[in-house]
Amino acid sequence: MANPLAGVYAARHRLKESHPLTVLIVERLGLSLLLLWAVSVLIFAGIEALPGDFAQTYLGQSATPQSIANIRADLGLDRPITTRYFEWLGGVVQGDFGNSWASGAPVTEQITKRLGNSLFLAFFAAAISVPLAVGLGMVAVHYRNRIPDRVINILSLAAISLPEFFIGYLLIVFFAVQLGVATFPSTVYDGMPWSERMAAIALPTATLVMVVLAHMMRMTRAAIISVMSSAYMETAELKGLGAFKAIVKHAAPNAIAPIVNVVALNLAYLVVGVVVVEVVFVYPGMGQYMVDAVTVRDMPVVQACGLIFAAVYILLNMVADLVAIIANPRLRHPR
Amino acid sequence: MSDLLSVRDLRIGATIFPPGEDPQDIDIVHGVSFDLQKGKVLGLIGESGAGKSTIGLAALAYGRGGVRITGGQVLLDGKDILSMNKKGIRSIRGARVCYVAQSAAASFNPAHKLGDQVIESSIEHGLMTREEARKRADYLFEILGLPDPHNFGDRYPHQVSGGQLQRAMTAMALCSNPELIVFDEPTTALDVTTQIDVLAAIKNAIEKTGTAALYITHDLAVVAQISDDIMVLRNGDTIEYGPVKQIIENPRQDYTKALVNVRQTKLAEARDQSDALLKVENISAAYGNGVQVLHDVSLHVPRGQTLAVVGESGSGKSTLARVITGLLPPFEGKVTFVDEELSAEQKKRSRDHLRRIQLIYQMADTAMNPRQTVGQIIGRPLQFYFGMRGAARKAKVIELLDEIEMGETFYDRYPAELSGGQKQRVAIARALAAKPELILCDEPTSALDPLVAEGILDLLMRLQKERQVSYLFITHDIAIVRAIADSVAVMLQGKLVDFGPRSEVLNPPFDDYTDLLLKSVPEMKLGWLENVLATRKMESAGH
Repeated sequence: MANPLAGVYAARHRLKESHPLTVLIVERLGLSLLLLWAVSVLIFAGIEALPGDFAQTYLGQSATPQSIANIRADLGLDRPITTRYFEWLGGVVQGDFGNSWASGAPVTEQITKRLGNSLFLAFFAAAISVPLAVGLGMVAVHYRNRIPDRVINILSLAAISLPEFFIGYLLIVFFAVQLGVATFPSTVYDGMPWSERMAAIALPTATLVMVVLAHMMRMTRAAIISVMSSAYMETAELKGLGAFKAIVKHAAPNAIAPIVNVVALNLAYLVVGVVVVEVVFVYPGMGQYMVDAVTVRDMPVVQACGLIFAAVYILLNMVADLVAIIANPRLRHPR
Repeated sequence: MSDLLSVRDLRIGATIFPPGEDPQDIDIVHGVSFDLQKGKVLGLIGESGAGKSTIGLAALAYGRGGVRITGGQVLLDGKDILSMNKKGIRSIRGARVCYVAQSAAASFNPAHKLGDQVIESSIEHGLMTREEARKRADYLFEILGLPDPHNFGDRYPHQVSGGQLQRAMTAMALCSNPELIVFDEPTTALDVTTQIDVLAAIKNAIEKTGTAALYITHDLAVVAQISDDIMVLRNGDTIEYGPVKQIIENPRQDYTKALVNVRQTKLAEARDQSDALLKVENISAAYGNGVQVLHDVSLHVPRGQTLAVVGESGSGKSTLARVITGLLPPFEGKVTFVDEELSAEQKKRSRDHLRRIQLIYQMADTAMNPRQTVGQIIGRPLQFYFGMRGAARKAKVIELLDEIEMGETFYDRYPAELSGGQKQRVAIARALAAKPELILCDEPTSALDPLVAEGILDLLMRLQKERQVSYLFITHDIAIVRAIADSVAVMLQGKLVDFGPRSEVLNPPFDDYTDLLLKSVPEMKLGWLENVLATRKMESAGH
């Protein structure tokens, strides 16, 4: 008698042996979808559990039990929660997030514009912070435990220790108020000239860069140092390779996976974590849209924003995982 | 004839950072000198800390970690490479002097193909075009006996076995036609049957290419097969230096004599083995991933005697110990201890059963809590099994410390302050504290230097005599089996291929695999490797 489960295990094992990459990618995709669905349940349930009520907030002083009930009936709030959830989910998978309760306009339309603004900001923050972080990380490794390394470390620690709204206000005080070289508030609108738009996003971009830079820089430094101490780097040195060549050819390919991981995590933060920064700078992105919606209990908007943030987060993490997997020769070239 | 490599009064130091103290400068090598002619092989032998790897790397003007060369000369063709600038040293490394590390698995870059790494230095130094280098790599793969030599270079390091990697690393060193190769324990991490192939491949390649070599190892029997001269080192000093024949057959220094005579048998005569303490019957076991590691294994350990379980890595010998302890419940078969069937799961066993079977591990380091003192480590089982506390417990711990020949002074020490051999002794005392009837020893000496290991084996044998304790001794080292085992179990790929009294298993007629295993163990005599290879050739021609 053999182990009854051995056959099942063995079949999965064989598939993993022959096509490890395909199996892993399919697994990751499946997991991401599952996770997104779980998040949608959480968001819906969480918002349902929030105290306060749209009708109450909307009507304010003039609320009577009858008018509140009327509004609730108009919005369909008198139906069971599961019915409303699946109705909402059905719309979402078709790209329809419903209509805003406050304005009555379709949420999808609004969000597209707002998301565009947020991504615009995140893109510039990323374009500056990622190369800067990786570059500073390499400089720190090169001058390891010497003054440049220490300075980079202390400054980045300081930046990471301050809350982003505080950094934001500091920048506003110095550059907008005292020196008067920067634009505040950072409100952008359609048809705004390119140069004005860039001037408007300068300060929020700088704030975001400072927030994410330290994390990525320190991770890059750690990843490269860990690779540098491995035996194959000694082999490279004993082959007579120069230090620079050894780093580019032998260290870099092995340091990619951890660096990409932390970069992706921070990119996700750039999109998701902008809520506070957008509010500080009065920037019309997703973050501010969501905060406004929460104050008036405009649930379809809050739900849509929450779900999109979650999707961005999951997507970027999945991409990071996949890059790390693809960068691993053990998975690319099975035995 | 002029010397290719001439080392004059080489002195090497390092800075160490003991915890809680100021950094200290220590000397690792105190004035070592030797000469090596073209095409010759010098064996550097010694235990860990002897400075042999450090000397080998000095031939590439390299110091690992905080190691510095503090004095002396390393003359390559009459030029001192220690006085060269960075560029000069770089032009020698990988071109005229190459290095083969102990762990080829860690020394190859996992991100690049083997072939590209093998030819890298030849191209980097402008010695060959890519095509020429590839051709030479193919040739080297062939003479090193690698499978499918023309496509071998397209593989990644993780796609080939440990023995193949070690040969690929030798090919990498040979590729640029160097004048000297430093081999740093190239076969130590390999199984014996693999070791002999790699050894033969290295010897063959050295002969065919005419390169000189420094061969570093702790195994005198291995180096005797490959060297022209041998230098015995201890704590950074030369103990003895001479032709291989003189060192092996007529050693002058006591230390060398001890190395040559290590592991003589410690047993008097065969004993009656009918009284079984532990019986393992028809055990089959698999790990969670569904891979079956043990197939229908049956054996027994006689009371007061030693059963050696021998096999190569992956043969399932440690898994057998996990089944006996209950850490891995088998899906078939049973374990009987003094006529009582043991529960398959450790959690369901009585405290008395747990007490009577104890374990000693290969890595004493990782098997002890580094934040507990020796007294706490040994005292724990006394408290757990016998409820001993306070002064009584301390007295018992000191008694045990005396028994393992360490003494009271070690009571308050931490594991980090002990040597490898002392740690293993503490592990033995901890096992003894439970007053076990059976101790499972999982390669307890394989991480130790030969003479230290010898001391541990002596201790185990003395304890067996005094306390009638049985051992199930897991090892890959046939010499240990010869020295201590009453009965022997030979395992291969999870199956028991041979089991019986030592005199039957280790004497003809042999099981095929036992025969191969026995013949692969290097013997301390000249020409052993040639003899084995010649016999093999004849056998394969006969078949």
